[in-house]
Amino acid sequence: MDFTEDQIQRYSRHIILPEVGGLGQIKIRQASCFIVGAGGLGAPAAMYLAAAGIGKLGIIDDDNVDLSNLQRQVIHHTRDVGTHKAESAKAKINAMNPDVEVVIHRDRLKAHNARELVAGYDYILDGTDNFATKFLINDLSVFTGIPMVHGGILRFSGQAMVVIPGQSACYRCVFHEAPPEGIVPTCQEAGVLGVLAGVIGTIQATEVLKMVLGIGTVLKNRLLTYQALESEFREVRVKKNPKCPVCGDHPTITELVDGEDRACAL
Amino acid sequence: MAVSVRIPAPLRKLTGGLGDVTVDAGNVATLVDKLEAAYPGLKARLCDDSGQIRPFVNIYVNDEDIRFLKGPDTPVNDGDSVSIVPAIAGG
Repeated sequence: MDFTEDQIQRYSRHIILPEVGGLGQIKIRQASCFIVGAGGLGAPAAMYLAAAGIGKLGIIDDDNVDLSNLQRQVIHHTRDVGTHKAESAKAKINAMNPDVEVVIHRDRLKAHNARELVAGYDYILDGTDNFATKFLINDLSVFTGIPMVHGGILRFSGQAMVVIPGQSACYRCVFHEAPPEGIVPTCQEAGVLGVLAGVIGTIQATEVLKMVLGIGTVLKNRLLTYQALESEFREVRVKKNPKCPVCGDHPTITELVDGEDRACAL
Repeated sequence: MAVSVRIPAPLRKLTGGLGDVTVDAGNVATLVDKLEAAYPGLKARLCDDSGQIRPFVNIYVNDEDIRFLKGPDTPVNDGDSVSIVPAIAGG
């Protein structure tokens, strides 16, 4: 697994970090991450993981680029409007770092295809914009044992946490279930400061790299929240819940299920 | 008991934009009722029709989830800090 001269130069600022080094850079090259959604969170996460030299990125999105996406989904350009997001993302990543293998799926992550799609990946990164898929990704992580990095943004707020199945609280330990229809505004109604996607998406990518490298303290059993207007990061402790419906002692959810696609936040 | 309550951004339109409010209460259930009295509409966002905390909302007393304490009966004391943290699904 030798690096070429160009690769040594490309990753030199990593390699000179004692916590990364040549061996760490090899770990990054051997790692893979499946990103659900090539949108606000998925765009910066994919770009930084690609720039870092991750070996393989899986990207799933069934949507086309819309002009209203460009305020935050920085992987897509004006000329991409109307094209498939997954393809648009792949083109940018290939141009940025040809070392990265990019596998795209023009599809939605659903209960019936989820296990097959993430098979073989080391990490799952939640870049989705709806509760149904966020809970599906959580359950998928618990069932497959693949660590997952959650992220969410709305208006001027964001949050992130890491789920390490069997070791840490899962998303359902913290938030049992998706809100019922009609309780919460949709993303389109609520709005989001575009740069929030960059703040939270890059935190998610950072957590993936920390896990790949085995350095630092991963954001597990902690829910990090960011309030942009106050420039305030806070965290609350979260715990593995013995009564959790998916990872608790007596789970009631034992199979992946599709929820209703709705809503953004409280 | 004067307790400081951290209001999440999505609910601040109900508190006139305030991110931190102070409430006199002895436990979390009373605290929610006091919040409702001061800021009508807040309780419905936090609790369902039967008064249970909604499953996609978490309330923390001094950064400890009340679900692992005594739920709505969790006592609060002078100087305690209460945070309300809702799930956020945007991306």
